Amino acid sequence: MTKNVDALIIGGGPAGLAAAISLKKNGIDNILIVEREDCLGGILLQCIHNGFGLHRFKEELTGPEYAEKYIEMLEGTTIETMTNTCAIEIVNEENSKTVYLMSEKSGLIEAKTKVVILAMGCRERNRGNIAIPGTRPAGVMTAGLAQKLVNRYGYMPGKEVVILGSGDIGLIMARRMTWEGAKVKAVVELQPYPGGLNRNIAQCLNDYNIPLYLSHTITAIRGNSRITEVDIAPINEYKEPKKEDTFTLKCDSLLLSVGLLPENELSQLAGVNLDRVTGGPLIDTNYMTNISGVFACGNVLHVHDLVDWVSEESEAAGKAAADYIRNQTIQKNKIAVRVGNLVRYALPTVLEPGKPGILSLRVIAPAENTTLYVKADDEIIYKKGHKKIFPSEMQRIEIKEVPQKAKMIHVYLE
Amino acid sequence: MKKSIICISCPLGCNLSVEHDDKVIISVSGNACKRGPVYAQKEVFSPERVVTSTIKIEGAKIPLLPVRTDKSVSKDKMFEVMKEIFKLKVKAPAKRGDIICQDICKSGANLIATRTLDKI
Amino acid sequence: MKNDFQVIVIGCGVVGASIARELSRFDVKVAILEKEADVSFGTSKANSGIIHAGFHSTKGTLMARFVVPGNRKFDRLCDELEFPFERRGELMVAFDDNELRILQTYYKMGLDNKVPYMDLIGKERVLEMEPNVNPEVEGALYAPTAGIICPYEYCFSLTSNAQENGVELFLNKKVTWIGKQGNGKFEIETEDGSRFTSDYIVNAAGLYSDEIAKYVGITNFRIVPRKGEEYLLDRRVGKLIHRVIFPCPTSTSKGMLVIPTVDGPVMVGPTARDIEDKDDWATTRDGLKEVFTHAQRMVPSVKTSDIITSFVGLRPAAVGNNGDFIIGTTTVPGFINAAGIQSPGLTASPAIAEHIREVINKEGLRMELKPHFNPKRRRVASKVRHMLENRQYSQYGEIVKKDKTYSKLVCRCENVTEAEIVEAIRDGHTTLDGIKFATRAGTGRCQAGFCTTRVMEILHKETGIPFEQITKKGKGSEIAPYPIKKGGVE
Repeated sequence: MTKNVDALIIGGGPAGLAAAISLKKNGIDNILIVEREDCLGGILLQCIHNGFGLHRFKEELTGPEYAEKYIEMLEGTTIETMTNTCAIEIVNEENSKTVYLMSEKSGLIEAKTKVVILAMGCRERNRGNIAIPGTRPAGVMTAGLAQKLVNRYGYMPGKEVVILGSGDIGLIMARRMTWEGAKVKAVVELQPYPGGLNRNIAQCLNDYNIPLYLSHTITAIRGNSRITEVDIAPINEYKEPKKEDTFTLKCDSLLLSVGLLPENELSQLAGVNLDRVTGGPLIDTNYMTNISGVFACGNVLHVHDLVDWVSEESEAAGKAAADYIRNQTIQKNKIAVRVGNLVRYALPTVLEPGKPGILSLRVIAPAENTTLYVKADDEIIYKKGHKKIFPSEMQRIEIKEVPQKAKMIHVYLE
Repeated sequence: MKKSIICISCPLGCNLSVEHDDKVIISVSGNACKRGPVYAQKEVFSPERVVTSTIKIEGAKIPLLPVRTDKSVSKDKMFEVMKEIFKLKVKAPAKRGDIICQDICKSGANLIATRTLDKI
Repeated sequence: MKNDFQVIVIGCGVVGASIARELSRFDVKVAILEKEADVSFGTSKANSGIIHAGFHSTKGTLMARFVVPGNRKFDRLCDELEFPFERRGELMVAFDDNELRILQTYYKMGLDNKVPYMDLIGKERVLEMEPNVNPEVEGALYAPTAGIICPYEYCFSLTSNAQENGVELFLNKKVTWIGKQGNGKFEIETEDGSRFTSDYIVNAAGLYSDEIAKYVGITNFRIVPRKGEEYLLDRRVGKLIHRVIFPCPTSTSKGMLVIPTVDGPVMVGPTARDIEDKDDWATTRDGLKEVFTHAQRMVPSVKTSDIITSFVGLRPAAVGNNGDFIIGTTTVPGFINAAGIQSPGLTASPAIAEHIREVINKEGLRMELKPHFNPKRRRVASKVRHMLENRQYSQYGEIVKKDKTYSKLVCRCENVTEAEIVEAIRDGHTTLDGIKFATRAGTGRCQAGFCTTRVMEILHKETGIPFEQITKKGKGSEIAPYPIKKGGVE
């Protein structure tokens, strides 16, 4: 079966939905969203907690509510959606792209499109990646998988839980498991500062007196069929565990919240160049990758902490994609964005002189009483003081106009 | 008395230093916006939380319906509300915003559905 | 009588499965008793997957006797049973004069064992063959007949074909007692209270073969678990090496290797440490360091950041026997050992199986070849996966039109469709690990983050097993054991 569309969006989560709506708003009609799950909404559907939409909708919503508000915007439009459909390959051609789709309903589909928007989101780092010593019993899983089991299927993976990693998913699951009757014995964090939002430390750990062990790591997992206990040890300045201070906690479940990785297998296969720091595609100011007509937005581009910014970013990407479809617009003038030592990454990695730009960035480590600067050559074009700044909070910088004659942009903390 | 609390009004999560005398707030610092002192007032004297969970739904394509309280409830009623949620069950269809339980546990908040699930 | 057999094989790792399949060629009533929830769940699941050329084995040992004949049989077996197997060749590399001399020793051992086509090659040729080997290499012993295989798929294919040809497989049957009846038959009792009778017993119980032997009064050997840690590297570094790279061996093991796998990822390891606990399957921090230090010496670009998972294998090393295989008749008539099978057991298994069959025949069991023996085992679904991997989309599209289960992608990382999962379940694999070994679902980058719930749904649909009873590897390893009172799977 073949299909012909103007824009094919891979992923029907918040990024894909916002990009589609934006494309429509900007005059494109023939849009197809493909989603591998059986309904739209992406990861939001299992995020039944609140904290979404404060910026976008000026109300605090849960994940499913936020997703539904966007899904409703599709009604009445010509945007087509195919669920239970997986994109398996993107082939780049001269003036178009062919995307091979595996659809549960319709079998193999060869879709020809002018533009592809990558909106596949991210996956979780897992136990295998970080090689925790010990056995491989049941009861060890990522926090996201546990969240799906609890919120979508209605099953608890354990009753005595230890959580590794204090990222938001881990903190949210600490509370969720507690609410469903489990005892969460500890959250263990390698860094000297928490990985998730401060508010989640308050409402997920402090509220339930769940201990948070900063600068600690798990040094062994025991149990053959099912996990029975873990060893936890503080770490020294070289991030090596201090064996003599190891203690053991009995548990029947270990949840891992040790990082999210943009899911770019499909992108890489297609020849998209990735940024080694973010794991996402390298893009220009128009969210376009090194392949003309292939755009990226949302968590597949870089991990966000607020879905509101995913929507905003994806709307911008959709607009740029629409512009490309109609006018074959490609960013010609690119000036590099360089980051200073304390900034882990900033994207896009190129800006356009004479045009506005939005920079998203994260710092490497927490800092106090510091200022975030953006310089165009020697001229300071943005400056903001921060009493406290954390790696877990993505910073957004709106630049009204990049100086016309600028040769390089520099982003740094001082 | 001094108390350190984290404001949960928005994702910024400012660390607030609150001074109070058990009856009134004397001072609040560390807030980035005016929601901080409002939150501090509530948190010190009558802390509240929004409760989010799932309830069993029959006749839909998935077995669980996500729900939440439409306002925050008093913190000391939180577990009572959770226990009540455990007992609840509905039949499809459910629409986002439907009131599942009015004034749950006399908390002043309604329990509402946060997702639309059709009858299959 | 229901549970009465002529031969009972205890243990269904590669050895037990090979023996059972060999016996299934004959008109003999055979059963396998396996204590785990699936076959190949013991030592065989953690095998390095190498079909050795055979120059490592000392002349005069049973290992030397069976390794080369075993090796030779793999092409035919692969053709019949369709398991992944490739004859890549192996290189034992040397970095100094002392090691070059050691190569000579092994070359001679290879000649003694009749290993064909070996060659002692120099630095240039090594680097030409394997450009990612440490440029300080001085030379290597090259044996082109070595190969790589997926050990559990091999075991599954043997078991499946044996069953198709009449062998009965009993899972979750841990043997707890063996006695002799008045009529000379063995009586076997298992943990769940089942009883079996048999004329002959083949002891292929791996780590526990000494305990099984004890039941009939044989105490002349002891099995000591020898732990080996292995680390699997992301398939993106899969192209680093083409052949199996060996160092010069130590006294207890062939050393820590860099092993390509048929599926793509590269493995490094294993360590070799004698331990006491037959249930100690834990990887260690020190083991990781040891493996990477040794592996990097041979292939410098191997990195810990490429690790996607790790696991432990326990070799059943026989103590008091020079570590050789313990194969053949015993002081107890009818009780036959196939024990202490550590490396090169996998390679030797087809030859061991034939030998055991001959032994049983000589012991008095009449064996007529089955006229209707079907040597071929066909797996359909994995062929379709290869179409996908090779981008044969139009062919794939045709198949999907006829069977919709090929259009549902269950494991995104390894391109496993619902059809393959269903095929594995119908083949008897009802645990997540069993399905993982049979289909590769869950072995990729995301380590089953995406496919776990999908596989569980299909298992529930196919077998009726309640969601909360679905296990990783048998009872006690349930994935989601506590249904929330208000929840449940439809």
